[in-house]
Amino acid sequence: MKLLNVSTSPHLHEGVNVPRVMWTVVATLIPALIAAFIFFGWYSVFLTILGIITAVVTEAVIQLATKREVTISDGSAVVTGMLLAYNIPPTAPWWLPVVGAIFAVGIGKQIFGGLGYNPVNPALLGRAFLMASWPVQMTTGWSTKLYEIGTSTVSGLKTHIIEGGNQMLGNLITSATPLNLAQQVRGDIVSGTAGESAHTVFNQLSSLSFIENLFWGNIGGCIGEVSAAALLLGAAVLVYKHYIEWRIPISYIGTVAFLSWMLGGIEGLFSGPILFHIFSGGLILGAFFMATDMVTSPVTRKGRVIFGMGAGLLTVVIRIWGGYPEGVSYSILLMNLAVPLIDKMTNAKVFGFQKAKSKS
Amino acid sequence: MRAKTFKGGIHPHDHKYLTKDKPIEKLPAPDFVTVHLSQHIGAPANPIVKPGDEVKKGQIIAEPKGFVSIPMHSPISGKVKKIANFPHPTGSTQMALQIENDGKDEWQKEPLEQNDYTKMKPKQIVEKVKKAGICGMGGAGFPTHVKLSPPDDKPIDTVILNGVECEPYLTADHRLMLAQADEIIAGLKMIMKTVSAKRGMIGIEINKPDAIKLMKEKLKSEKDLTLVPLKLRYPQGAEKQLIYAATKRKVPAGGLPMEIGVVVQNVGTAYAVYEAVTSGKPLIDRITTLSGEIVKNPRNLKVPVGTPISDMLDFCEGTKEPIGKLISGGPMMGFALSDMETPVTKTSSGTLFMGEDAVDETPESACLRCGRCVDACPMNLTPTFIAEAVKHEAYEEARKLNCMDCMECGSCAYVCPSHINLVQWIKLGKLEIGKLDN
Repeated sequence: MKLLNVSTSPHLHEGVNVPRVMWTVVATLIPALIAAFIFFGWYSVFLTILGIITAVVTEAVIQLATKREVTISDGSAVVTGMLLAYNIPPTAPWWLPVVGAIFAVGIGKQIFGGLGYNPVNPALLGRAFLMASWPVQMTTGWSTKLYEIGTSTVSGLKTHIIEGGNQMLGNLITSATPLNLAQQVRGDIVSGTAGESAHTVFNQLSSLSFIENLFWGNIGGCIGEVSAAALLLGAAVLVYKHYIEWRIPISYIGTVAFLSWMLGGIEGLFSGPILFHIFSGGLILGAFFMATDMVTSPVTRKGRVIFGMGAGLLTVVIRIWGGYPEGVSYSILLMNLAVPLIDKMTNAKVFGFQKAKSKS
Repeated sequence: MRAKTFKGGIHPHDHKYLTKDKPIEKLPAPDFVTVHLSQHIGAPANPIVKPGDEVKKGQIIAEPKGFVSIPMHSPISGKVKKIANFPHPTGSTQMALQIENDGKDEWQKEPLEQNDYTKMKPKQIVEKVKKAGICGMGGAGFPTHVKLSPPDDKPIDTVILNGVECEPYLTADHRLMLAQADEIIAGLKMIMKTVSAKRGMIGIEINKPDAIKLMKEKLKSEKDLTLVPLKLRYPQGAEKQLIYAATKRKVPAGGLPMEIGVVVQNVGTAYAVYEAVTSGKPLIDRITTLSGEIVKNPRNLKVPVGTPISDMLDFCEGTKEPIGKLISGGPMMGFALSDMETPVTKTSSGTLFMGEDAVDETPESACLRCGRCVDACPMNLTPTFIAEAVKHEAYEEARKLNCMDCMECGSCAYVCPSHINLVQWIKLGKLEIGKLDN
C-alpha cells in the first residue's frame, strides 16, 4: 500500500522565505542608488557594485573554506555589501568598500556562523571598522554640491570664519555635510566664540528651503543616505509588506525629532531644528534599513520601541555633543548589543497571565 | 455591530469557496464502519460487544470508563467483525470496533423519544447528553457532559456558541448553521439551562454573511441571546481568543473558561445536544467537509461516525491529481494521515486532500529573529525562543517561556520565513516537559 506524506501541522505556509525578504530589501534600496547616480554620478554606483561583489565573494569563499552550504543566493550578502557602500563617501577610493565588505561579511557575520547569528549589523560594523582605520577617507570626499545649492550658506559660513569662528571650518567647506556644519556652528555659538553670521548659517541650515534640498538629496553625504525621498519610497514598500517593523523606525525617528527639538537649538531648550535632524545624515537610511535588520533587533513589540528610542537618544547625544557629526551608525551598533537584554526584559506576559494574578 | 477580534493571529487564504455554497449531502452508509474507542479527551470507552455480535443502529457498543469519558454507539446496523488496532485520525493506530453493514439500517429503538426540554431539569438534560456520547465537535473533543457540569463554586453566566470556523477550507459548521439554525439556537438554550447561564452568544466570522444574517434574524426575538460578528483572523475560533473577542474576559493562563464564568460549545455540539435531548438520538453521525483543490467534487457531507475516508472520497468522485497529503481536520491544526482507510470520528470537522505541491520539504534555516512568530502568536509567546530551547533540550527554559500555554494553532510556523517547524519543536517540548513532571 502506498502511504501518504505526513508532517506536523500547519500544512499551509504564507510563502515568505529568507531570499524573498532579502531580495525585496535589495529592490527597495535601488531608488536610493538611482538618487546617488543622479547627484554623485557613475563612480558612486561603481563603489556600490564593488561593495556588493566583494561581500558576495567573501561569503562564498568563507563558506567554501569552512565546507558549509554556500548561501549567497539568499541575498543577505548583497544587502550587506550594498548597505556598507551606502555608508561610504561618494568619491572614496575604490578599495574602501572592498576592505569594508570583507570585514563586514567575514568578521561581522560569517565568523559567528552566518546569517541569523551575527550580534550586530554587519554593514555597520564594517563602516565602524573603516571609520576607525581610515578616518580621513571616510570623512572627506563629499560631493561639492553644497556649494552649488547653498551659496548663501557658504557665504554665511565664510563671514562666520572671518568673524573669528572655528578656523577648522575653512577646510570643511569643500568637504562638509550639513551635519558637520550644524555641529560646528552650533558648538561655536553655544561656547560664545561665534559672531552674528554663525546664527545666519545655523538658521539657513534649518530653513525650509534647505530642508527641501535635504529631502530630495541635493546635499553632501554618503552614497546611500543622500536622498530621504528615495529611501522613504523603498521603506514604504517594506513596511507595507511587513518585512520591516514600523515600531523601530517610528520610535527611532520620533525620539530623534523630540530630543533634537529639545536640545539641538541655539536659543535654549525646545528650539532645535526638527526637520533638519530628521532628514540630514543617515537617519532615514539607518532607521528604516539598518536598525530594522531582523537579526540584530528585538523580537518583541515592546522591545522594538525601546530599541528605537535608545538608538534615537544615542544619535542625538552624538550629534550634539559627540566627537562625530553623525551618530546613527554607532547608536544602532550600541543598541544591537543591548538586544538580548531587551528581549529578555520585554518578553510579553502570556495571554491571561495578569487576570490569573489579580482575579482569584 | 462592529466585528470583534483578538491580538495576534494571521490571515491565511480561507479556500472556503470550494464548498461554502454546497448544501449538506447525506453519504450512503458504507459497507464497513470503524468506531474508535477513543474519539475524545479522557479515558477510552470500554467495548461491551464482541466479534460476531449483531448490533442495531444507536445501540451502545462501548461504555464510558469514568466520568471524563463517553459511550460509543453503533452508527449502522450489522455485525461486529473485529476489535483491533485501526488507524486513528490523529495519525496513530488505536483500538476500534469494526462493524459490517447489513444494509437494513435498523434502529435499536424506534420511534425516537419526543422530549420537551423546557420541562426538563438541568440534571436530566445533562444525563441525556451524557448518554448520547457527545463530545466537543470542533476538534479537541472534550466530553460535553463534563463541560455542562461545572463545580458549584464556578458560576457560569455566559455560554458562547462557536460558529467561527476559522480553519481554512472547512465549511461544515457554516452549512450546519444555515440548515439547522433553529435547532442550534434550541441547543444553545438547553446548554444555558444546564449551567444556569443568563447570556448566550453565537460567534461567527464575517466571511459567513449569510449565516450571520440568518442567525441575526432568528435571534431578533431573543433578548438573552446575541450574535457576535468576528473579524477574519486565524485562530479566531480558538476558545480563549473567542471568549476574549466576545466578552473581553481573559481565561487565566493554564486555566479553564469556567473560571471566568464562560462555557464555549461548538455549533455542531449544540446541534448534537438538541438531537440528544429532544429525541434521545446518540451522536452517531456528523457534518464534515471534504475539500481540497485537487478533489473533483468537494462537498459538505453528513456521514456516520466510523466512515472510512476512502468512502467519502469516492462519493466526491476522487481527485484530479495525485494526492500529496491527506489531512484530518483543517490545514492549520489538522493531522496529516498516511492511510486512506482512516475513519471519521466525532471530532472530524473536515478532511482535506492536497496536491503534491503541498508537500513542503524546505529545510529549516537559521532563525532570522524577524519576530514574525512573536507578532503572530495569539498567546503572547515567543515561539522561536521556545523552539530554540527545545532544540537544545533545555526543557526547563522552555517551560519558563510558557511552552505549555501553546495551543499549537500554527500561526508561528505559517509566517516563519526560515521555515522552522516551530509547532513541531514546541509539541516535542510539551511532551518532554510532561515527562519531566511524571
